[in-house]
Amino acid sequence: MSDTATSTVTVRLPTVLRPQANGQSTVELSGSTVGEVIAALVAQYPGLKSNIQDDDGNMRKFVNVYVNDEDIRFLDKLDTAVEAGAEVAILPAVAGG
Amino acid sequence: MALVASVLDLIGNTPLVDVSQLSPKPNVHIYVKLEGQNPSGSVKDRIAMAMLDAAEAAGELAPGKIVLEPSSGNTGIALAMICQIRGYHLKIVLPENVTAERRQVLEAYGAEVISSPGAEGSNGAVRLAQQLSDEHPDWVFLYQYGNEANPTAHYTGTGPEILADLPEITHFVAGLGTSGTLMGVGTYLKEQKPSVKVYAVEPPSGERVEGLRSLDDGYVPPVFEKWGGLELLDGKRIVRPIESLVFTRRLVNEAGVFAGISAGAALAGAVKVAERLDDTEEAHIVFVASDGAWKYLSTGAYSDPIDDVAANLNDVIYF
Repeated sequence: MSDTATSTVTVRLPTVLRPQANGQSTVELSGSTVGEVIAALVAQYPGLKSNIQDDDGNMRKFVNVYVNDEDIRFLDKLDTAVEAGAEVAILPAVAGG
Repeated sequence: MALVASVLDLIGNTPLVDVSQLSPKPNVHIYVKLEGQNPSGSVKDRIAMAMLDAAEAAGELAPGKIVLEPSSGNTGIALAMICQIRGYHLKIVLPENVTAERRQVLEAYGAEVISSPGAEGSNGAVRLAQQLSDEHPDWVFLYQYGNEANPTAHYTGTGPEILADLPEITHFVAGLGTSGTLMGVGTYLKEQKPSVKVYAVEPPSGERVEGLRSLDDGYVPPVFEKWGGLELLDGKRIVRPIESLVFTRRLVNEAGVFAGISAGAALAGAVKVAERLDDTEEAHIVFVASDGAWKYLSTGAYSDPIDDVAANLNDVIYF
């Protein structure tokens, strides 16, 4: 796949964000990177924007984003490539212990 | 085993067991650090002891004092064992949705349990404990998420034990809760052997935590930030309940290791690491079994239809 290929992926939303996305738990979106998918998500559901991004468009500190269950902070962050059929999950950071 | 003066002398020096029969590749060896062998049954004995020792050394604790801590179970249980021996009154803020066994063990050791709303998960327990601490400045609030004694116990104990037992180690995998195990062991291993890779696994707990008003109610432990978690870790992945259960069962069925559900999650992470290595690469992967299976029997994790158990685990805290 080339750098510019656009893929359709599934975005999974946590319970806390569903009210801003018409109550849906998953949304189908297109993009070639996580950043593009997130941009498409907040374009479609503007109410989500302030929940997951700060005023500069960076991901908020307590938001974790995963591609196929891997945290993108340890991949290529928002530049992480997504392939067709990938699952992008947005989750709040929570404690254990 | 030697004669010891107290159960507290049995903390640490846990065994490392070769479970390479669970490896997907012949050149990849997998080992489990059996933290359930600690006297109260989990890895948390190490940090409970270290945090109480540090508070005593700082002059904050004396017999009769009240100790406060939020915990999803194991830290509370470890503190309860030690506080009972040393004469401290312990208050544990515990989310309502932990297994019944966790609450029962806490009560057996004489701890006072303060319930926090299950819908808020561990974050809610942390928040309530912070509020109680503000209201009662005379209580000793240990705060494992920000207490240096937590990662330090692993830096000085767990990490050196692993490297001494297995100098060949190439990868380390553990669950992420307070991040103490990963930060302490990971920092030690990379200092001693920079080629070692360190991976975190976590449950998808944030997905169902309905009590969060917004993602700003999320939580990153101060220990993770102070010890440079973003730079230290080589990867972090979610392991879902069904996958955790599959590997928890394989651990007991194929290796005879009767461990808690988070151990299955860590094993799943170790197997994922193994699968991504070149077929010719020799590797020695260590993962941590934080506790034994006993406190999870009521979930049906080891015997009930696996899909039913996995569905129920969405609402139970098992990390």
